[in-house]
Amino acid sequence: MDVIAILADATRSALGPVAALYALAAIGLNIHFGYTGLLNFGQVAFMLVGAYGVAVPVAVYGGPLWLGVLVGLALAVVLALLLGVPTLRLRADYLAIATIAAGEVLRIVFNAGFAQPVTGGVFGLSQFAGPFYAANPVPPGAYGLGPLVFGNRDVWVMIVGWGAVALATVGVFLLVRSPWGRVLRGVREDEDAVRSIGKNVFGYKMQSLVLGGVLGGAGGILLAVDAQAVTPNTFNPVVTFYLYTLVILGGAGTVLGPVLGSVVFWFLLSFADSALRQAIGAGYIPPQVIDPADVGALRFALVGLGLMLLLVFRPAGILGNRAEMRLGAGGSGVRRRRLPRATRKPVEGASR
Amino acid sequence: MTPHDALSGVPAEPGVPKPDPVLVVDGVCKDFGGVRAVDVEHLEVQRGVITALIGPNGAGKSSLFNVLTGFARADAGHWTFDGRGAAGLPAHRLALRGMVRTFQLTRVLPRLTVLENMTIAATGQRGERFLPAFLRPAWRRQERDIERRADELLERFRLADTRDDYAGYLSGGQRKLLEVARALMVDPALVLLDEPMAGVNPALRQNLLAHIARCAIPATRCCSSSTTWTW
Repeated sequence: MDVIAILADATRSALGPVAALYALAAIGLNIHFGYTGLLNFGQVAFMLVGAYGVAVPVAVYGGPLWLGVLVGLALAVVLALLLGVPTLRLRADYLAIATIAAGEVLRIVFNAGFAQPVTGGVFGLSQFAGPFYAANPVPPGAYGLGPLVFGNRDVWVMIVGWGAVALATVGVFLLVRSPWGRVLRGVREDEDAVRSIGKNVFGYKMQSLVLGGVLGGAGGILLAVDAQAVTPNTFNPVVTFYLYTLVILGGAGTVLGPVLGSVVFWFLLSFADSALRQAIGAGYIPPQVIDPADVGALRFALVGLGLMLLLVFRPAGILGNRAEMRLGAGGSGVRRRRLPRATRKPVEGASR
Repeated sequence: MTPHDALSGVPAEPGVPKPDPVLVVDGVCKDFGGVRAVDVEHLEVQRGVITALIGPNGAGKSSLFNVLTGFARADAGHWTFDGRGAAGLPAHRLALRGMVRTFQLTRVLPRLTVLENMTIAATGQRGERFLPAFLRPAWRRQERDIERRADELLERFRLADTRDDYAGYLSGGQRKLLEVARALMVDPALVLLDEPMAGVNPALRQNLLAHIARCAIPATRCCSSSTTWTW
């Protein structure tokens, strides 16, 4: 059993293009769920329209790749408006229902036979990101340390992907510390209270939905470019739940939470996969107990166990604030964030 | 002229015209199924005085508040606020025009600090628009002014010690105070306090009442309070 190889596998996937694109989509979901309290259960739909927004104009209509990227982002905006206009005036659960349904409807429609001339149906579309790789400034070769190696193609996707993640993170950092972000957090806590002090709650929720949706779309674009292929069944509802896992794991409502969540999640997943395969290969686990073919499913069980342990010991996520977590929305806490100083004047009206 | 003098010649009867009304309500009705919860023929609220709306449980006091502040839709009637029509406007517009309400069940923003609960309520913030929000210099000075104003109010409501705590850690009475202080951050012409004394212990009631009286008079603000509690 080669521990170094296992760690190299895990690190490769924690830093690779897939972790970057999941981080990007999770940053978007964090704006919805962590900062605004919007229950978007269809972030994968934004990824889908982003990915197909790139693929269709290029692969089917022969357009340039930059146009595809713009179309992908524009479609994410359109999807956010379509979902938001009817549901954001209603209670939070309606958005959840609409988004999870929209994700599935889009996946099934893109899969359907009648859509095949445009979407490629079940076979999807491929080979549309040529210009992106042609523009790769990284000279051919392998880059890395010891057993941790990336090809120049991966390095190029990682530069762009993690660059986009860094840009989005800085943007979120600036936004959430601004009065704009304060209104978003206010909406998360109590819409009616925020409405009563003169804020257009619907407008803010819509801005949040569009912004997070565009980041989801960007994640989808990155996915399409990285894989050089899109098929509808990549965009299963489970992707949204992975994204929720990343957000909660890292710490919902924190700036770096989704990024760290993505790195940790992909590290654990790949670690479990590689460790199981190595253990079976080395004979520590007889094939009668765990068949190599079952590893793909079993690794998720192990990751699930790891996540449960993490949430038992750090319920607010890795970066989350426990004092804040204990409050919950509308709840009443008993502990103060900072201990009352002995020198403090007695607070009048604090008696209850 | 003290607010008391302002109403000296006014007969004590329902729906009587006032010399300087800030809120004029005509024929407002609100039905819930077959139950007519609100049925107000005529109501005027004088500027700069405390007006109490009293009635037993289920009389429709809160429903009237909800209708007037845009939180519920009226089935009939219209009303003017500060001389301009206010019927059918969304709640946030009415708040921006200076009619701010508080809630029967106190609604602080628990996972925001007490200071943030105050500063969020200031109106006309440049940093609340999406693009300027990225540029701290565009709103930093305004933010400082808002914080100063918030600190003054917190001092007045004796919440200054809790400034950096999460509002969710405040006691029930402190939350009530914070909600009233937050309403004042909007710089309102009329504050509608829905059951301000509900769930507040007798000692704090006097305190809260003093705050309400104090903010009503110097700023010629009018606080209308809905309560079943008699004093």
